[in-house]
Amino acid sequence: MSKNYKKEALAGFFMALPTIIGLIILNFYPLCRTVYMSFFQSGSFGKWKFVGLDNYTKMFQSSGFWKVTGNTLLFMVYTVPVTVIGGLLIAVLLDQKIKGKTVFRAIYFLPMVVAPAAVAMVWKWLFNTDFGIVNLTLKALHLPSGINWISDPKTALLACALVTIWSSVGYDAILLLSGLQGISRTYYEAARIDGASSFQQFKKITLPLVSPTLFFVLIMRIMASIKVFDIVYMMIEKTNPAIRSCETILYNFYQETFVKNNKGYGASMVVWCVILISIITLIQFIGQKKWVTYDV
Amino acid sequence: MAQNKTIGKKRGKGNIIVYLVLILGSVIMIFPFIWMITTSFKTVPETTLIPPALFPKSFRNTAAYAQVTASLPFLKLYYNTLMMIVLRVICAVIFSSMAAYAFAKLKFPLKNIFFFIVLSQLMLPAQVFILPQYEIISALGKTDSIFALVFPALVSAFGTFFLRQTYMGIPDDLLEAARIDGCGHFKTFLRIAFPLTKTSVAALSVFTALFAYSDLMWPLIVNTKLDKLTLSSGLSTLRGQFAVNYPNLMAGSVLAMIPMIVIYIIFQKQFIEGIALTGTKA
Repeated sequence: MSKNYKKEALAGFFMALPTIIGLIILNFYPLCRTVYMSFFQSGSFGKWKFVGLDNYTKMFQSSGFWKVTGNTLLFMVYTVPVTVIGGLLIAVLLDQKIKGKTVFRAIYFLPMVVAPAAVAMVWKWLFNTDFGIVNLTLKALHLPSGINWISDPKTALLACALVTIWSSVGYDAILLLSGLQGISRTYYEAARIDGASSFQQFKKITLPLVSPTLFFVLIMRIMASIKVFDIVYMMIEKTNPAIRSCETILYNFYQETFVKNNKGYGASMVVWCVILISIITLIQFIGQKKWVTYDV
Repeated sequence: MAQNKTIGKKRGKGNIIVYLVLILGSVIMIFPFIWMITTSFKTVPETTLIPPALFPKSFRNTAAYAQVTASLPFLKLYYNTLMMIVLRVICAVIFSSMAAYAFAKLKFPLKNIFFFIVLSQLMLPAQVFILPQYEIISALGKTDSIFALVFPALVSAFGTFFLRQTYMGIPDDLLEAARIDGCGHFKTFLRIAFPLTKTSVAALSVFTALFAYSDLMWPLIVNTKLDKLTLSSGLSTLRGQFAVNYPNLMAGSVLAMIPMIVIYIIFQKQFIEGIALTGTKA
C-alpha cells in the first residue's frame, strides 16, 4: 500500500513540477522583483538606488497620477455597463427560437479574433473628423457632426471606449448565452401558466438564474477595463493633443518603464494597478451577496 | 425587448423585432471589416471623397499592398506569429495537461502549496510580471528572437486550472481499472485520461492562440528588429510610417487579420465552445 502511495506521489510531483518551476521563474519571482523594484530608483548603467517609499509618494503627489487613474476609472465606467448589458441583450435575443443562430453568434464574436492593433486602425479611420464614416453618418442623420473624435480631449477616451465595447460585447454575449442555455425551460412554462408577462419572467427567472454568469462576466470585464492598453496605444499617438485625457495606468506604466526607462517608478505604477484591481474585485465579492443567486 | 422564450406559438411581430435588432447589430459588427477591405484598394484621393464611395474605382489597385509589403516583411511577420502561436500552444497543452492531471487525480506532497501558486498567478494581471520577465530575457541575450516571444507563456496557470476541471470529470474507476491492468501512472495519464480531454484541449489551444495573436505589449518590448516583429507589433510601426495614408494602413490591417479569420472560420465551433467552457466552469 505505502509503496503504491510512494509511486503515486512521485508521479504527481514530477508531473506538476515543470509548471510549478515555470510559474516560479516566470511569475512568482517577477512579482517579488516588481514589488522590490518599486522601492528603488533606476539610474543609468543599471545602478539602483534604494529610495524607500519615494516612488509611491511621488506617484500619489503627482497630478499626472490622479489623471491617469481617473482616466482608467472613467474608461471602466464608459465600457463596463454598456458591454455587459449589451451582451445580455444580445444573449437573450440569441436565446430565442430563431434561425441562423450560429451565424449571428459567429458574427458577434468576429471582432474578438482580430488583433486589437488592426481593430484600432480601422476605427481610427472611421472616426476621422472630415472623411470618417462616423461623422458622415451623424451628418446624414442631422445629428451633431464634425467631431474631432480622436484629437479632442473631451471625446478621445470615449472613442477608445466605443471601440472596446464594439470588440468585446460579442464575447460577453456568448458567455451569457451559455448561462441562459443552462436554465430549464420548465420554469418558463410554469410562469406562463401562472400568467407572468415576458418582462416579469425576465426579472424573476432569467435574471436570478443567469446572475452567477453575469457576475463572472462583470468581474472579467472590470479587470479588462482597468488593464486597457492596446486600443489606447494604437489609437492615440504621443503627439495627439488629447493624450493627457487618454493615458491609462498601463499606458503610463509602459511609457515610464520602457520608453523613459524610469523602471522603479513604472514598477510602482503597475503595483498600483494590482491594488486597484484587488480593491474593486473585493467590493464586487462583497456586493454579490445582494444580487447573485447560486442555489435554485 | 426582452421577450423571453415565451413567444412560443404566438411568434410573429416579436420575432421580427428580434431579427431586426440582431441584423442591425451584425451590420455594425461587420461594417468596419468591409470598410477596411474596400479602403485598402482605394487611392489616397479616393479616401477623401464626400460623400464617400463604399467601393474603390477598381479592385485591381493594389498599390497599398505593394507599399506595405515593401515597408514591412510580412512573410517574416507571418512566420514569427505562427511560430509564437504554435510553440505557445504546444507548451500550454503539454505542461498544463500533466499538471492538471496531477492536481485532479493524484496525491502528492506540496500539492496544496503548488496549487496555491497556480491560483495566485491567475488572479494577477500579466503586466505585473512584464518588467522582470524582460530583464531575464535581456540578461539571457535573447531579445529579438522567437524564444523571447514564447517565453512568458512557457507554462500556463490558466491552462492548468482549466484542464483540471476537465480531469475532475473523468471517473476514478476508469483510471483505477487501467492501473489494475498494470498501467503506470504516467501511462494511465497518457493513454487513458489525456485522450478523453480532446474538447477541452482544443478549446485551450484556440484560446492560447487567440491571446498570443492579440498580445501587443510583450512583443513590442522584447522584439524591436523589423524582421522579428509579430503581426500586431508590426502593425504598430505602420501607424507611424503612414500616419494619414489610410489605404496603406488598411492594407496592412487586412494582411494581419486574414490568417486569424481563416483559423476562426475553420475552428469556429472550438472558439465558441471554448468560451462557454471557460465561462461556466471557471
